[in-house]
Amino acid sequence: MNETTETADSIRALARDCLGLDGPVMEALVRINQRFGYVPPEAQAIVADVLNVSQADVAGVTGFYSDFRKAPPGRVVVQLCRAEACQAAGVEAVVKDVEAALGCAFGETRSDGAVTLEDAYCFGNCALSPAAMIDGRLVGRVDAQAISDAVKP
Amino acid sequence: MTTVLIAKDSGAKSVGADAVAAAFEAAGLDVIRTGSRGLYWLEPMAEIDGVVYGPLTPEDASGVLESGAKRIGPLADIPEFAMQNRMLFKRVGAMDPTDVEAYRASGGEAGLNAALAISPDDVIQAIADSGLRGRGGAGFPTGIKWRTVADTPDQQKYIVCNADEGDSGTFADRMLMEGDPYLLLEGLAIAGYAVGASKGFIYLRSEYPDAAETLANAIANAPFLDADLAGGFRFSIELRMGAGAYICGEETALLESLEGKRGLSRAKPPLPAHAGAFGQPTVVNNVLTLAAAPIILAEGAEAHQAMGTGRSRGTMPFQLAGNIKQGGLVEAPFGITLRQLVEDFGGGTRSGRPVRAVQVGGPLGAYFPESLLDTPMDYEAFAAAGGMLGHGGVVVFDDTVDLAAQARFAFAFCAHESCGKCTPCRIGAQRGVETVDKITSGENVDANFTVLDDLLEVMRDGSLCALGGLTPTPVESALKWFKQDFDKGASQ
Repeated sequence: MNETTETADSIRALARDCLGLDGPVMEALVRINQRFGYVPPEAQAIVADVLNVSQADVAGVTGFYSDFRKAPPGRVVVQLCRAEACQAAGVEAVVKDVEAALGCAFGETRSDGAVTLEDAYCFGNCALSPAAMIDGRLVGRVDAQAISDAVKP
Repeated sequence: MTTVLIAKDSGAKSVGADAVAAAFEAAGLDVIRTGSRGLYWLEPMAEIDGVVYGPLTPEDASGVLESGAKRIGPLADIPEFAMQNRMLFKRVGAMDPTDVEAYRASGGEAGLNAALAISPDDVIQAIADSGLRGRGGAGFPTGIKWRTVADTPDQQKYIVCNADEGDSGTFADRMLMEGDPYLLLEGLAIAGYAVGASKGFIYLRSEYPDAAETLANAIANAPFLDADLAGGFRFSIELRMGAGAYICGEETALLESLEGKRGLSRAKPPLPAHAGAFGQPTVVNNVLTLAAAPIILAEGAEAHQAMGTGRSRGTMPFQLAGNIKQGGLVEAPFGITLRQLVEDFGGGTRSGRPVRAVQVGGPLGAYFPESLLDTPMDYEAFAAAGGMLGHGGVVVFDDTVDLAAQARFAFAFCAHESCGKCTPCRIGAQRGVETVDKITSGENVDANFTVLDDLLEVMRDGSLCALGGLTPTPVESALKWFKQDFDKGASQ
């Protein structure tokens, strides 16, 4: 079985699991995004087909939420909180250093696919700000060095 | 064997609690992973026989055990903890949150059992008598909301827990969900019994993966869910995840998202109490509101009513955040002043510089200057001072803060998070960013201040929901108290 078919089958299975739920479209996309790290383009037609809604509805939901990436992320995903409590603790002063240390700008994936850098708005770690999430693991009181160290294999 | 309590709370883990726990386990101790006590400046901390040690590194474990290194003292003697009045958070940090037997042994399910022993109507009356108001931010009387849903006839009603705690500077919901999940589930069940709902949803933000895991485990193991309770009452709970949209903390946008759609705010009426989730009568309450219900039922409405001030009754878990020396959770009766929180509990700024501004109530809350620090933490007192208590987040800024930049950020955040349904919010936020930029770069300053005032009025009065409607609050407070920050460009 080639990779494309495998992906499609996996998406179809995840969508089918949501058939019995109330308002299943969002939940199906959440699960697909969790599984792949993004919502593959073919998911739109499959989810629409399985859940019996229009492709426009699925596209609308996919486009609305910032978690639903359109392309695969890098091997490590770094999300830096830039909301008020982290601003108060000086996050904006380390933004440039983080970009330099990781070799990519916010909202981008480095060309070698090693890392994706994203901004985020609150991880609920505001007493230990600035906060970052690295591959789903929360890190408190971060600076560029800590992020750079955490990304290294 | 000596037992040591070490938090498994995501905040504590973010500064190394897992490695510290592993070090104590390696030293042969019985480690119980708990929620956090909320004394985050001491995390990672260890609690042995009621005595607190912290902040610790894994290398400290042997020193703690052999010579009492890093000893802070008995928890009960730590002033920042002893001055609190822990009602909602009494179990958080004291026990393994996944242990349902420990939950029962420490008074868990007493509220639900008390509720099931009286009529649904009497449960609603107890909530109303307690004076409980919505802890999400709006402060709406919970008893009235429950009564409205109970009085709306329908076969299917829902309880929806708003766990989309998106306000920067707030983390009480997260701590409670990670540290005492069964309390929240019990609260949903009580609400379900009171209004006649058989199903509840918890809508949780995706930024809280640890809370998701803890809640999913608790939902699967709670003995009172999917079980026949007194009078044939059955209740089930489903956990649903958000996907990174701040607007979904607004209750009608949350309901749209729960239904699987784009998170667009709805016009009210109809109220969610009449036509909420899937068009059915729905209670939408914040995590802390629902978690208060078991305590009120178990300990009586009077005990809750007896604490607080004015029309703000009970305790509120305030959250100290940002540039603060001792950040963390402070549960105290309403009426405590902002200064007590920032100075007595928080110890001032982490940077050691003077406090210049404090933003209370999240991104839509006002920036207060030092001169307003004596404002009591009370819904009405904050409204009178031009702010809002919101979800109880307190973000401290030192004297390096530029309030024109913060005002610009308020607009930029609104533009980023706007659902786009109404024009004042969708367009106004973007125009706000541009107008602040013009002012700070010295372009037609007086004329642009006039434009800004006009824009703020349109957004406040013309927006569909609180996002566009309250974005003017931080901006107006910055203009009122810190006007000089906007004039820098003009004077250059």
